Amino acid sequence: MHKNFKLVLWAAVLALGLAAVCAIALNRGESISAMWFIAAAACVYAIAYRFYAAWIAASVLMVDATRATPAERLENGSDFIPTNKWVVFGHHFAAIAGPGPLIGPTLAAQFGYLPGTLWILIGAVLGGAVQDMVTLFFSTRRNARSLGQMARDEIGPIGGFAALIGTFLIMIILIAVLGLVVVNAMKHSPWATSTVAATIPIAMLVGFYMRNFRPGRVLEATLLGVALLLLAVVGGGWIDHQPIVRNWFDHEGLSLAWAIIVYGFAAAVMPVWLLLAPRDYLSTFVKLGTVLLLAIAIIILQPQVHMPALTQFTDGTGPIFGGKLFPFVFITIACGAISGFHALIASGTTPKLLANEGDIRMIGYGAMLLESFVAIMAMIAATVLDPGVFFAINSPAGVVGKEAVDAIAKINSWGFAVTVEQMNQLARDMGESSLFARTGGAPSLAVGMASIFGNAFGKGLLAIWYHFAIMFEAIFILTTLDAGTRVGRFMLQDMLGNVWPKMGQTSWLPSVVLTSGLVVAGWGYFLYIGVIDPNGGVNILWPLFGIANQMLAAIALCVATGILVKSAKANYAWITGLPLMWLLTVTSTAAWQKIFSDDIRVGFFAAANDLSSKLAAGVLPLDKAAVAPKLIFNQQLDAYLTLFFVVLLWVVVLDTLYVVYRYFSAQPLMPLTEVPYQPTRLDDNWVRD
Amino acid sequence: MLRAFWKTLKHLWHRVRQLSGDDAYEVYLKHHTAFHQATLDAPPVLSRKEFFKLWQANKWQGIKRCC
Repeated sequence: MHKNFKLVLWAAVLALGLAAVCAIALNRGESISAMWFIAAAACVYAIAYRFYAAWIAASVLMVDATRATPAERLENGSDFIPTNKWVVFGHHFAAIAGPGPLIGPTLAAQFGYLPGTLWILIGAVLGGAVQDMVTLFFSTRRNARSLGQMARDEIGPIGGFAALIGTFLIMIILIAVLGLVVVNAMKHSPWATSTVAATIPIAMLVGFYMRNFRPGRVLEATLLGVALLLLAVVGGGWIDHQPIVRNWFDHEGLSLAWAIIVYGFAAAVMPVWLLLAPRDYLSTFVKLGTVLLLAIAIIILQPQVHMPALTQFTDGTGPIFGGKLFPFVFITIACGAISGFHALIASGTTPKLLANEGDIRMIGYGAMLLESFVAIMAMIAATVLDPGVFFAINSPAGVVGKEAVDAIAKINSWGFAVTVEQMNQLARDMGESSLFARTGGAPSLAVGMASIFGNAFGKGLLAIWYHFAIMFEAIFILTTLDAGTRVGRFMLQDMLGNVWPKMGQTSWLPSVVLTSGLVVAGWGYFLYIGVIDPNGGVNILWPLFGIANQMLAAIALCVATGILVKSAKANYAWITGLPLMWLLTVTSTAAWQKIFSDDIRVGFFAAANDLSSKLAAGVLPLDKAAVAPKLIFNQQLDAYLTLFFVVLLWVVVLDTLYVVYRYFSAQPLMPLTEVPYQPTRLDDNWVRD
Repeated sequence: MLRAFWKTLKHLWHRVRQLSGDDAYEVYLKHHTAFHQATLDAPPVLSRKEFFKLWQANKWQGIKRCC
């Protein structure tokens, strides 16, 4: 291409990007077209990928396409396999993109569409995508070592321990909050509950099919499974109209929580081929298909975003979760902007497939941009709803009141128009009895998706679209729940194995049962508390998850910054150092407020003390008084957990600073563990094409 | 034109099979012949079913899914 033409093209992308960002930032009208969001995202990603990521890859990391990767050097036909870059991209994306980027933006929409959107865009291109790419690069240069191993080798044993324990605790909290999201979507909804329940036998059937009936025929089995899932969505509607059968699936939140806890334990003990692996195929296919469908629908339909750019809740009084815009928008949206969890995939898993270092930018940086785009779509789906409807669905009963009339009056008093009749009609359209207080993001996202799909592909099927969207979220939430419980179990077995070697045998049944039970009890506890908490639980658990996830991201960035300094690239260390400093500020501020704030909707201790004094004074209604002691204990526990996270984070940061100090004062350091250069022998065209 | 289209379609199908692991057994056979054929102590070739069991168990060790 002619050089001047390229220049003009990129200038046009820049101009369009600027115009789109200005349009969404400065719009104060009634509504704004979602196309501006798509345009802003596409241009920001294109520029960042073409210039910033390319510069990092070439000048900072100095990726070397002639260097043999671990996949080539250690090829064993099972886990180390040089693989086509598009296939690696697909695996990597499927692994990093879970329910997080759908839920976070939906909750953060309470501040208005603007803060979340800007953070998703800026956080991803300067933070999250950089973290994923450099972690992938450093792990590739170190025989595909995991983040924890790299932290231990390059920074010190404390870093390694922090990464391990951080991962374990995040897993516990993540599973609890995801479980809560599913419970809130299923309570008193026979349609949703029966559809989600049907995914379990369907997955087992698929598992049998590809293990025994037609071994290894993954695609056939998956197609069969997807067809059955769609049938289950439609069948749920039929069940909903059967007076007797529908009662079997009509449950309170608490019974559903127990069902999920029992299920989680069973899934963790069962062999992977029976449930986890087949369901993962289904969820990956459904996920990719739905995201694609949503993108097409948004482009065809060009819906209008009705949420204001900023709401009054930036002052910290938001109904979905308490706390001001800063720091809480940056905690609420982790996945989609920057997620520490990705560093675990980018180290250890993906490098074992990577055929050529030259593809690190596309896979590490590119996949994160795509995930960020999913988060933008979730933001659009949440904000195309009337703000009144959005708050009616997402505000917990503890904030707006149990009765529809009270909730509507409260939401109207905030200046958002919505009526009881409007909510009832919406619930009827969606085939639900009520959509009030369905906190957690899944139902409002499903209503948003259903209205987008309904407008683009036919309105008659709104209820089907709604339950399809619920099934879509539930199926990969349950996959994360299974996979997470299992990983937690392995980690625990590994840790206990240091004390009593027999416990470390992953197939010894008593050890399996004990460790699975402990992990399930861990998240089950938080799930139980979340369900009995009248404020919905999400308001406590999601910030805790955000703080933990950002802490892990900060650890990954510490490792990367430490390696950059040790590799004599200190003048480039800002590429990870700046996002690290930002995360440190955000996480520490959020943790400080969660622990010490006097606002009972923010501070854990403040909430515990408030509840204790009310309990002592006898002013609580009977049902609240009954659960109050548990809630008080939980608030205190959460405060100490937050304290633990933030102390751990600072220890790792100080440890990294000490490494940097020793480097600059020319004192001995642990050597770099990079594997020496070996030329690649792979025929470029064969694997990479 | 039609031929090019057919070729693209075949290529796409190939990628889908690779992505899903549908062709994992064929890849394994290829690896086996390439790496072990000449050696005396070559491990025996696994059947499709045996291979799939191992492959699946292997795939789900460690952290494979994120938030």
